[in-house]
Amino acid sequence: MSDALTIAGVTLSSRLFIGTAGYPNQRIMVDAIQASGADLVTLSVRRISLQGHGSDTVRLLAGRRFLPNTAGCETARDAILTAQLAREALGTNWIKVEVIGDRETLYPDVGELLEATRELVDDGFVVLPYCNDDPVVCARLADLGAAAVMPMGSLIGSGMGVANPGNLELICARSPVPVIVDAGIGTASDAVIAMECGASGVLLNTAVAKADDPVRMAHAMRHAVEAGWNARQAGRIARRGRAEPSSPQLGLVGS
Amino acid sequence: MKLIVNGQERDSAAATLDALWREETAELDLPNTKGFAIALNGKVVRQPEWAKTSLSDDDRVEIIRAFAGG
Repeated sequence: MSDALTIAGVTLSSRLFIGTAGYPNQRIMVDAIQASGADLVTLSVRRISLQGHGSDTVRLLAGRRFLPNTAGCETARDAILTAQLAREALGTNWIKVEVIGDRETLYPDVGELLEATRELVDDGFVVLPYCNDDPVVCARLADLGAAAVMPMGSLIGSGMGVANPGNLELICARSPVPVIVDAGIGTASDAVIAMECGASGVLLNTAVAKADDPVRMAHAMRHAVEAGWNARQAGRIARRGRAEPSSPQLGLVGS
Repeated sequence: MKLIVNGQERDSAAATLDALWREETAELDLPNTKGFAIALNGKVVRQPEWAKTSLSDDDRVEIIRAFAGG
């Protein structure tokens, strides 16, 4: 199909974006990402004193597009420096901007997020902000030059799905830039709902990484995103409160 | 010289950013600097500049690497 997702002039081979954190091991991560069909994979940036999977991840995922994030940053200033370090480390000007206002809910700090988006766009970044599922916030971010907006389905890591489908429909209907639902996806049907609301894509991590079988769940998510996209494009039937027989009503046997 | 490296106070004899980089990552046995970056006093210093960038007392250095993330 010719309706591929394009962001900032780059055409992506999948509408599913996938995270690289929290898998049982590196082998499963690589296999799951392969099964997901995702083109764009997210990474974080951390001080080298932190032990764990680091540049190994970068090497193992060679050939894919990296979308580094500013996860954990609480101010625009920290997010901007993190983005600039990520650009240097990974050689990409794409950045998922995340500025957290509350550690318990991981809700974005909208003021800082707008500020970080403004400055990073000015600095030449392709900015994809993680934001509230609020049509006004999404519109402001697009006005500032965000290449896409990434409203939350529900809380990060919660698996609660799309908490407010009505909001998401509104955001998608009005957005001049692609809408990627980021956070909250728990299982395949959540991804389908996000896409049926009109989203251009889905970004998820925990739903796959923490599934009993991450590779199989990645496979399911790949098909869920495709199914939701196709259903949306096909146009669903109207809901009705009464039954409507699908078989002909004439020529019934015995009448 | 007293430096603040990744938020920790450090006594270092490194005269340049490149020397500090080698000191800090000696045990990681890295083939190259791909996936890593350095900021000095809040500004990113590109890799080709590391050897030409001298350090002074109380400099704040952030050395980062790309990690798994969501």
